[in-house]
Amino acid sequence: MTRFWLWAPLALFVMFFGVVAYGLVKPAPRDVRSQIVGKPLPKFSLPPARPSQPGLGTASFAQGQPRLLNVFASWCIPCAAEAPVLQQLADRGVPIDGVAIRDRPADLERFLTRYGNPYQRIGADNDSFIQLAMGSSGVPETFVIDGRGIVRAQHIGDLRAEDIPKITAELKAAQ
Amino acid sequence: MIAEAGHALLWIATVLALLQLGFGIAALRQKAGFADSVRPIAVVQGLVAALSFLCLIVAFLTTDLSLMLVVQNSHPDKPWLYKFAGTWGNHEGSMLLWVTVLAMAGSAVALFERRLSRESLIATLASQAAIALGFYAFLLFASNPFARIFPVPQTGQGLNPLLQDPGLAFHPPTLYFGYVGMSIAFSFAVGALVTREVGPVFARAMRPWVLIAWIFLTLGITAGSYWAYYELGWGGWWFWDPVENASLMPWLATTALLHSVTVLATRNGLRAWTIMLAVVAFSMSMVGTFLVRSGILTSVHSFAVDPKRGAFILALLTIYIGGAMALFALRVGTVREGSQFEPVSREGALVANNLLLSIILAVVFFGTLYPLVAESITGDKLSIGAPYFNKAAGPVALLLVVIMAAGPLMRWRREDAASIVRRLALPIFISSMTLAGVLVWADQIKILPMLGLILALGVAAASVAPLWKRNLRRTPLFTWGMVVAHLGIAISLAGMANESAFTKETLAAVRIGESRSVGPWSVTLKDVNPVAGPNWTALEALMEAQRGSQVLLELPQARTFATPPTETNEAAIHTAIDGQLYLVLGKQQPDGRWQIRMWWKPFVTLIWAGGILVALGGFLALLGRMRREYRKEVLA
Repeated sequence: MTRFWLWAPLALFVMFFGVVAYGLVKPAPRDVRSQIVGKPLPKFSLPPARPSQPGLGTASFAQGQPRLLNVFASWCIPCAAEAPVLQQLADRGVPIDGVAIRDRPADLERFLTRYGNPYQRIGADNDSFIQLAMGSSGVPETFVIDGRGIVRAQHIGDLRAEDIPKITAELKAAQ
Repeated sequence: MIAEAGHALLWIATVLALLQLGFGIAALRQKAGFADSVRPIAVVQGLVAALSFLCLIVAFLTTDLSLMLVVQNSHPDKPWLYKFAGTWGNHEGSMLLWVTVLAMAGSAVALFERRLSRESLIATLASQAAIALGFYAFLLFASNPFARIFPVPQTGQGLNPLLQDPGLAFHPPTLYFGYVGMSIAFSFAVGALVTREVGPVFARAMRPWVLIAWIFLTLGITAGSYWAYYELGWGGWWFWDPVENASLMPWLATTALLHSVTVLATRNGLRAWTIMLAVVAFSMSMVGTFLVRSGILTSVHSFAVDPKRGAFILALLTIYIGGAMALFALRVGTVREGSQFEPVSREGALVANNLLLSIILAVVFFGTLYPLVAESITGDKLSIGAPYFNKAAGPVALLLVVIMAAGPLMRWRREDAASIVRRLALPIFISSMTLAGVLVWADQIKILPMLGLILALGVAAASVAPLWKRNLRRTPLFTWGMVVAHLGIAISLAGMANESAFTKETLAAVRIGESRSVGPWSVTLKDVNPVAGPNWTALEALMEAQRGSQVLLELPQARTFATPPTETNEAAIHTAIDGQLYLVLGKQQPDGRWQIRMWWKPFVTLIWAGGILVALGGFLALLGRMRREYRKEVLA
């Protein structure tokens, strides 16, 4: 009996080892679940970023169809990188709206001419209002909004070609 | 140049540790000619490690920008104190400090230890060398502090502003002396298991080393607590943060060890238990280092996060802790049982102390690691906060304090329960009066702070009771040490209970000229002005605090550092005789009002005053033991 107890400290240590070894091997993605997901879009109404396209407001969503809301800027390199992916999505009939963060009309025109314009509407957000309201920390970010105006998903960073199936699935789920 | 020297010295120290280990093993296997060289090698190894650390300090003081570590953690414009302390304000530097303390502790044992048998001493030094070897390898292969950077950058990135505080100069080294000092107790235990020499001689030899480490640990924790209190600007003195727990756990184990080693030294009891505690205490230090350095748990201290390094340290832990525990299981059965005793006796009280300390240790250990356990089983991320720790550890700690009051009044071997109650009459009376007072004047407070208040005064009285009716001039110094340390615990407890029972907090947004009250104080925001320091700019509020006829001007700051860009709060803290007024300046709201946060914390300073007393008690005990040893040697 006593003999048995003498091994208890070692056994405890082995358990400790198991737990922390697991913690080390699987450094779980420390990503935080977005707070805005599951909540309705905040109320906003942004003026058009360019004269030929309409601006963007909360009313543009909640029309029964899921839509993508893409936060971007002409001064942002990853936004240029993700432009072809957005274009592919738009070509498949996904409705995409954009918010241009702290942008100048001339720069924005040059950006859209060069990298394509997948957006149905583009709002100009010169005070980063959307970013603050939706808890987005940088550009680009893409939100999936369902037909009732509820935010269903948030993608931080640029969309890649391999993200397309995921986005389509999320859009489908938001039907 | 200085970097190459430091790097080379580190390699030399590694080779010396290898020799120390090899020669030690050879000597223990009765190979002639090896035994005499182990001691000198240990001394030189400590010296070489210290020189290597000195090289790194010089590189930091001269801001040698060809060193990666300096570039990442220093800046030419920093005040010299932070260049100096910045040496250990980063992962590599602090690990080098860690191993330097380890090697120097080995040197100290080799130089000063006279009581152990030759075999036990050699086994102890060999064990110390084995530990050093692993951590040298960790430094050289996984965190080289002397790595170069090319091309040499123009300037450095600066030191984390939270660390730019005189606290950095003292808190980590003090804590490390305590943490790593416990390696000696560990090596003593391993040595004693190897040679099977566990007994009063072993206990008396180990005790001063444990005391020294424990004094440093106590001071380090006290200093860290005060540092967090004034630097973070959150007004709290203990957050149950994993890294705080990492320093508390070795302290709990060491405190238990300190008491059980007394039983072993005086009564030749608790042999296996004492050995186990010595192993556990340093294991907790290593676990603490692992938790801090691997970043496996999220914490305010996670400024050095790297899972690969974590894996390396975990491997070292497995070798040392697992090895020592396996050795314990195999060998301790062959160590003879110590002498027996009655449950109600000085030994009984010390055993109760040990059990309760172990329970608290288990509570803290489990609470600290639970988030990891939960994540590995259910996948949920969660954190365990103060409510769990306070509820689970608080009552046990209070019970422990009661035992602490009674224990020193008991005789060795056997004591009559009735006479103990008689001796505790005055403390019990004081506690009942406090209870009555609390019930009359402050019946709104929670149960734990209330119990704390009631116990603190009674225990303070009981802790000086061992001096009662004694000739104070003939009372041995180590008895004074015990009295002072126990009194320190009571005082600290009084501070904690007062703080949690009576703290007043006010959070407000005010315009310049407006006043708010907090506790007995009325505070007016007079003005907010920009000021500039050596490497920061700040908004400084001028606040006027008034209580009765007393008027103070306080200047809390919200600082902005340029390298790296960070904001910190410098709280303005006024220490009065009956508490502290704690003022923090927050942000300015869009409507122009300033957020201010104010606390009145009655008797909060007692927490740290008590901690310092505890350390002082340890120091007196150490002095007393050493004096007695010295006298015995002179007389003999």
